[in-house]
Amino acid sequence: MPVNIASSNLGLTPYNGQWTKPIVKHLLKRTLFGVKASEIDYFLLQGLTNSVDILLADTADYPSPPLNDYNTATVIDPVVPVGQTWVNNPSNDGTINSLRRRTLKKWWVGVMLNQDRTIREKLTLFWANHFSTESDVINNANYVYWHHDLLRKNCLGNFKKLIKDVTIDAGMLRYLNGYLNTSNAPDENYARELQELFTLGKGKDVIYSEEDVKTAAKVLSGWRINNSFSVYFDATRHAVTNKQFSAYYNNKIIIGKGGANGALETDELIDMIFEKQEVAKFICRKLYTWFVYYHIDATVEKNIIEPLAVLFIQHNFEIKPVLKVLLESEHFYDNLYIGCQIKSPVDHIVGFLRETSIVFPDPITDTTDTYFHYNNIVTQLINAGQDVGDPPNVSGWPAYYQVPNFSELWINADTLPKRNKFTDLMIETGYTRNGKKIMLNTIQFVKDICINPSDPNVLTNSLFSHLLSTDVSLEAKTNLKKQILLSGQDSDRYWSDAWDSYIASPTTINFNLVNIRLKAMIKYIMNLPEYQLA
Amino acid sequence: MKRRNFLKTSVAFITPTIISGNPIHIFDNNHPILNPQVLANVNNDKVLVIIQLSGGNDGLNTVIPKSVYSSYYNARTNIAIPETSILKLDNFDATGLHPSMTGMQSLFNDGKLSIIQSVGYPQPNYSHFRATDIWMSASDSDQYLNTGWAGRYLDFNYPNYPDDYPNAQNPDPLAIQIGSVTSLTCQGPAVNMGLSISNPSSTYNLLDGVDELVPNTNGGYELNFIRTIAKQTNKYATRLKQVSDSVTQQGTYPANNSLASQLKIVARLVKGGLGTKIYLVSTGGFDTHSSQVQAGDTIKGTHANLLSGLSEAIKSFQDDLKGLEVEDRVLGMTFSEFGRRVKSNASGGTDHGAAAPLFLFGKNLRGGVFGTNPNLPLNATVNDNIPYQYDFRSIYNSIIQNWFCVSETNALQVMYKQFPILPIINASACSVVGIETPSLGNAGSMINCYPNPFKTTTQIEYKVSVGHTLLQLLNNSGTVIRVLVDGMFNYEGNNSYTLNDNSLAPGIYYIRMQHGIEQNIKSIIKL
Repeated sequence: MPVNIASSNLGLTPYNGQWTKPIVKHLLKRTLFGVKASEIDYFLLQGLTNSVDILLADTADYPSPPLNDYNTATVIDPVVPVGQTWVNNPSNDGTINSLRRRTLKKWWVGVMLNQDRTIREKLTLFWANHFSTESDVINNANYVYWHHDLLRKNCLGNFKKLIKDVTIDAGMLRYLNGYLNTSNAPDENYARELQELFTLGKGKDVIYSEEDVKTAAKVLSGWRINNSFSVYFDATRHAVTNKQFSAYYNNKIIIGKGGANGALETDELIDMIFEKQEVAKFICRKLYTWFVYYHIDATVEKNIIEPLAVLFIQHNFEIKPVLKVLLESEHFYDNLYIGCQIKSPVDHIVGFLRETSIVFPDPITDTTDTYFHYNNIVTQLINAGQDVGDPPNVSGWPAYYQVPNFSELWINADTLPKRNKFTDLMIETGYTRNGKKIMLNTIQFVKDICINPSDPNVLTNSLFSHLLSTDVSLEAKTNLKKQILLSGQDSDRYWSDAWDSYIASPTTINFNLVNIRLKAMIKYIMNLPEYQLA
Repeated sequence: MKRRNFLKTSVAFITPTIISGNPIHIFDNNHPILNPQVLANVNNDKVLVIIQLSGGNDGLNTVIPKSVYSSYYNARTNIAIPETSILKLDNFDATGLHPSMTGMQSLFNDGKLSIIQSVGYPQPNYSHFRATDIWMSASDSDQYLNTGWAGRYLDFNYPNYPDDYPNAQNPDPLAIQIGSVTSLTCQGPAVNMGLSISNPSSTYNLLDGVDELVPNTNGGYELNFIRTIAKQTNKYATRLKQVSDSVTQQGTYPANNSLASQLKIVARLVKGGLGTKIYLVSTGGFDTHSSQVQAGDTIKGTHANLLSGLSEAIKSFQDDLKGLEVEDRVLGMTFSEFGRRVKSNASGGTDHGAAAPLFLFGKNLRGGVFGTNPNLPLNATVNDNIPYQYDFRSIYNSIIQNWFCVSETNALQVMYKQFPILPIINASACSVVGIETPSLGNAGSMINCYPNPFKTTTQIEYKVSVGHTLLQLLNNSGTVIRVLVDGMFNYEGNNSYTLNDNSLAPGIYYIRMQHGIEQNIKSIIKL
């Protein structure tokens, strides 16, 4: 039976249906990476409004910064010892910077793994995709970290402020050549992307001119980075002429300013761009794609995007009120959208590690071993097509913008087997370093997600409902229970006996009896196409 | 008594044969083809079909020991098959089949079915799970293996699977399980070597292309997309479909018989030219704790239906293979995690037991009954079990060496231990001569005990010849409690062992002797 893509007629009216496990799971899968059983239980008690408020509160501690895990026999950081952070000690050494950039990715994985009950990490990645920068182009690892830190600390703040900060952020100045933009040799790179990718987009109503790009470049000329790695405004390199924009911007003129006041033109430029309604709509469409679905038709545009954009403007581009209305809306909880997102590699891999509560060593007390394990996860993400910190280009990952496939681009004949291989590996053997093993602890996992693992029906149901967003048929579940948990036997008692014996007497043999079956069951579920959906 | 001697007899092949791409026409006894290492690499087209009977089949009501019918009847009067209903086996009057197994009777009488008596292992386990894992992994009772015996065999021969597969030499899956779940049998050291062909993430339903419905939501829309990719992703999907579709005519199979449907797919894939070595199929329901027979008519009921399903499925499969002209290439084997208790229970069923008969079927095997009827006590108690005569791993080892033609040295890497080869497969299967003929059905001829019954001491006389001899003492539940003799002999003749042990409780015990292919059981009674 062919199923067509569809959009809901429901709008932004608050959802007033039941606050059930599947509904809670839907909210959490969209705002966290993967969902732990304890998180579902916690939010189930909170109700809708409280839950969204908690997720948006942004009161969790900020992560402690990345550490030196990279010293080797041949490469030793001259300033920062192992286990200490390097974020306040920028370096010009190419090798050190290269090692630190990799370390930053490992650390980021660790931060995502250890995320609190907050939307922060999902939004940080959202902004990292929105302001897409490549760490190997920026090169200086400290610029990369500062840029990244800026995104995390403002992820729920004011979008206009964020744009202003990003515009004169060292990482962005390096990435889009702002630091080379002078009155004599204007560099249009940032001026173009500021409009096309960061604020207005390329919609049919967006008709700024090529000349506007050049003019904006002049406004932005003069920003530099000094030898002590700080951003400053060099008035001698700033174009002091008056800058006139096209009819799209109501022929706005930004008066050229000499001296330090030249820097104020940047704010004026951003204020001018933010006069356009399209900025709010563009960001709301991106948020909608990120949190709900990529299919935005006239109905969604009218019922969701437009009212959200009005709200965004009313709140002077504060991000939180927009997300609150969206995440509480009856539209968001429409059954049409449950389990319709193809997991990004981060969602799949980090989500898997979180929802199975796989334990990593402590990054503070055991930096190198822990970062080693994070590094394996970074490699998995790269293989799966999402190199965090190095998206393909300034447009971000195509899965978030490429019409008509969008997130389907994550899944192909190469990446799908890799996804399955990864979960198989983590269930079967895991990774080991210096005796520290990260792999699925089947027993603890089923105890976490199931109130009565002794009953194979309850256990099967719990596994499916915890790991999948959509249900599968009772027939399929019954069959799997019999084939795997019961080893083909008809009586449920055989699983119950095996489980109960293990609990009463956790010998190796008793452990293996239940473990081998649990592993097979969990692997099977994670190899289902359904597991790729959130 | 002769020793197994692969290489002694001179042999000449006339037929051109391709070995590793080189045509080889004539062999003498020094030719590399007779080197077991070379034999192991022969990319032969032989297939093994493993039928799992889940639940623990009641062996005593499947292969009925007519020679001790009164003990049999006494032990399980409420479920005993009437003597006159037992199906006869040509040349093996001492043993018969359950009356619903006419198909397998006919195969037996055609020499295409072998019965191996009392297959088990030294310390039987009565848990379905553990016993199944033991059978699938070929481990000792107290040993835990993460890999399956077939998985290790395939891994040894195809070490880089799945990274470099499929390839020109091996375009096909190494093993196929008909069903949705891969089994421990095919688990290799790193990955499962088997492909489950109704796994939704691989080829879904090979024959019908039926998927579970998707919900009518955007989630369903995306699910359809991922399923499409998943199907494209399976490297074997197109090949399987093509091979399957290439066979348009098959023999008839019974309807409403899941095992027959599975075997029908196997026959089709074999005929279609798939290079897969091992197929796993399964059928369940053998855990007959109660009402295994119809009240008042013991030849009918649950167990009779299970056995007729098995028998008809195997018979129609074998006939189909013959009609498809691929009979030479296929060997079949049944197994169940254990047999059932000698004595039936009051609810008309039988509880978990120990050793049980195992069936092999195919054209290239030596038919007949291997081993003797179990020694049944005259007045069986609830604790009485059938002691093992043959270790199940002897059968695996024989298949690996004499069907898949793996050398003894290499087989050891799969089985981890030496298990005596049984002459169950025609020597021609691996072009090896000199496999000795066993003394079929020759009850207890190698062991004598006197006095028996005994009070404190009994003298066990046993015949040895050059080679390894194992003498074990088992208790009435079929468990090895002592190894009496375990060593090499360099002469042929009689030997004796004095069993003198006051610590043994009164009751039935068994002496098991294993000497090469000869594996005999003798019951003794301590007073």
